[in-house]
Amino acid sequence: MKQKDPRLLVQPAPLLKQRMTAAQAMRDASYALLPVTLAGFWFFGLSALLVLSASIVGAVLTEWFFSPADVRRERLWDGSGILTGLLLGLTLPTTIPLWMAFLGGAVSIGLGKLIWGGLGKNLFNPALVGRAFLSATFPNAMTTWAPLSQPGDFFHVHASNLALPFMHVEYDGISAATPLGLMKFDNESTPWTDLIMGNISGCIGETSGLLLVLGGVYLLLRRDIDWRIPVSILLSVAVFSGVLYATAPGNYPDPLFSVFAGGLLIGALYMATDPVTSPLTPRGAWIFGIGIGLLVVLIRVYGGFPEGVMYAILLMNAATPLIDRYTQPRVFGRGVKSR
Amino acid sequence: MPRTKENAYEEFVKGLWRDNPVFVQVLGMCPMLAVTNSAINAIAMGLATFFVLVGSSLLVSSLRRWIPKQIRISCYIIIIATFVTVTDFTLQALVPKVHKELGAFIPLIVANCMILGRQEAFAAKHSVRLAVIDALGMASGFMFALFTLGAVREILGEGALFGVSLFGADFEPWIIMILPPGGFLTLGLLLLFFSWVKERKQQMIARLAEAEGEAQ
Amino acid sequence: MTSESNTTATGSEPTSARLVLTLSLAGLLSGLIIVTIFEVTLPTITAYKAQELRKAVFKVLPGVASMKRLVYRDGELSHSDEELPEQEAVYGGYGADGQLVGYAIPAEGPGFQDTISLLYGLMPDQRKVTGMEILASRETPGLGDKIYKDADFVASFLSLAIDPEIRAVKKGRRSAPNELDAITGATISSKAVVRIINQANDQWLPRLAPSSPRGANDAEN
Repeated sequence: MKQKDPRLLVQPAPLLKQRMTAAQAMRDASYALLPVTLAGFWFFGLSALLVLSASIVGAVLTEWFFSPADVRRERLWDGSGILTGLLLGLTLPTTIPLWMAFLGGAVSIGLGKLIWGGLGKNLFNPALVGRAFLSATFPNAMTTWAPLSQPGDFFHVHASNLALPFMHVEYDGISAATPLGLMKFDNESTPWTDLIMGNISGCIGETSGLLLVLGGVYLLLRRDIDWRIPVSILLSVAVFSGVLYATAPGNYPDPLFSVFAGGLLIGALYMATDPVTSPLTPRGAWIFGIGIGLLVVLIRVYGGFPEGVMYAILLMNAATPLIDRYTQPRVFGRGVKSR
Repeated sequence: MPRTKENAYEEFVKGLWRDNPVFVQVLGMCPMLAVTNSAINAIAMGLATFFVLVGSSLLVSSLRRWIPKQIRISCYIIIIATFVTVTDFTLQALVPKVHKELGAFIPLIVANCMILGRQEAFAAKHSVRLAVIDALGMASGFMFALFTLGAVREILGEGALFGVSLFGADFEPWIIMILPPGGFLTLGLLLLFFSWVKERKQQMIARLAEAEGEAQ
Repeated sequence: MTSESNTTATGSEPTSARLVLTLSLAGLLSGLIIVTIFEVTLPTITAYKAQELRKAVFKVLPGVASMKRLVYRDGELSHSDEELPEQEAVYGGYGADGQLVGYAIPAEGPGFQDTISLLYGLMPDQRKVTGMEILASRETPGLGDKIYKDADFVASFLSLAIDPEIRAVKKGRRSAPNELDAITGATISSKAVVRIINQANDQWLPRLAPSSPRGANDAEN
């Protein structure tokens, strides 16, 4: 029934409208990742560009292929596929065969997002689902790290990048160790100046701490992400590793190293903060962040792997519905307890 | 006579496809996920289950008049467990290598709910002939599902089928496929595929019916 | 079996005695069948196990012509084929001339995923390990399973000094006769194998041929 009198407008919530859309948030996140992406090209050369392109193409093509024709356009233009592919690509080593990066992008979107019902319905961070699949499937390729490219080597593409689908080609250069690998297996620390400037080996996007923080600050200022999540993750990692460091400085990494090494910054600022897979309530966000921080330190120090950010975030993603349930604010006027 | 014949055919085919114990009823998941990391293990497990199911159905259905219904489940389990133990020792003696691979999962056939389910739902209520035909169909359907999963996982996980290399030495194995998560992933994708096929078929039938209705 | 009928039991309620009797009868029959098949298959199964063990022992101890199962009892080793629980046994390998060549020692311990059980050859008088064979393990396929699939790793146990103790070092950094190259990407599994052998050595070296000369820093706890 349409109201004929235009003076009184009655409509259901939401009554306040914002300019903010999913597409806008995706664009913001991509802008925030731009500096660190460029730094990745600078540090690792053309190979990094190819790996990133492969994972983005894999993600976007999968989104296109499995979307019904009527929502295809809308799904492609919200930019979430591109962002997922970009985030996945930034967590891959530069030596990985391009077909694996492509497959990772496809798994991210297919198993990480579409199978749950699409954008906003997934339980786990799609990019991390893709990465977890790749590291369980191709553990060797996912842990072969190239050293930083030398000036003049920019256009050098690793032979291993160009392996035919389903095949592998031995990595052609000298492999390097990541700071966390050095810490775990040889107990060697890396100076924190190198960690901040990005003068280290590792995944494409986990080199320069400074640029990652810069992009994160941009997202915080745009209010795209909940500040509580990165702050609680970084603080809890610093505190937990600080306690271990205080008990035996020789055996454990110092807190500053723990925060800046490996994928913690990119995970804490860009992946854990995904609004779909993190708790909605402020109290929930703190629990979520502290849980991730604790798991990261536990896996890094006591686990079999040198790095634990990926599994820590995925595990806490799984706990998110539970956290939301227990931290729900009381409905106004109900269940009042006398104080 | 022709009616019962048709009936028997129907009972056999339903286990293969329409009521496939794995892809439709989603029963017997423990062996399904645990031992399908290669085609040969899947076939061995399928054969062991085949023997136990057909043997149990035969016995349960021929003894169905003498088994008091108050203790029927205990009796079925005794019968099934006997067949499983016989299978276990026989495999250990005849094909020790396969037995080593299947390990703890042979005794666990006892707990395969598909087998007990067929006794309770079918063998206890039908003639020996139909019970055996039903068991043959269900067991073949189970073996078909195990083999499909095992083949997919072996091809991707080792680049081989029945141990014969398919892609040469440069193949990069998908290690997750021979690990437990690969079983879950592959099974999930296969279920997805089969329900997609089913849906397509139903849509096509609906469209045909519609077209016929318009023609009239 | 005259006609189709859907009733599973007699119409009237059976007595408890009848139920007990039916179940006992079923149990008895089942037991009989199981015992029969066990008796029939047992010789084949034990023969296969013995043959597998023999193969493994001959592999880890080169130049052996015969073997004997030895158990440690009352402070000395004695021959026994009887398998008793809670009893530790090694296999003595003898050359064609009947002389003792060395011992094959079964050992197990925690790996990366699950218990690794292995058999290794030891020549106490030469103070070295002469071979290693993994009997059962569930290490990660593609990485940890290289402890038996990587020919270089297995070969590094063919002649390995045991003093002061075996050490797994990073690939290419091997510098002493008691060191071996760990497998790249499977450091934990490689170290687990080495640890299992070292622990078994600690346990067995004092018991085996106490007359042979000992190193100064022989573990003896």
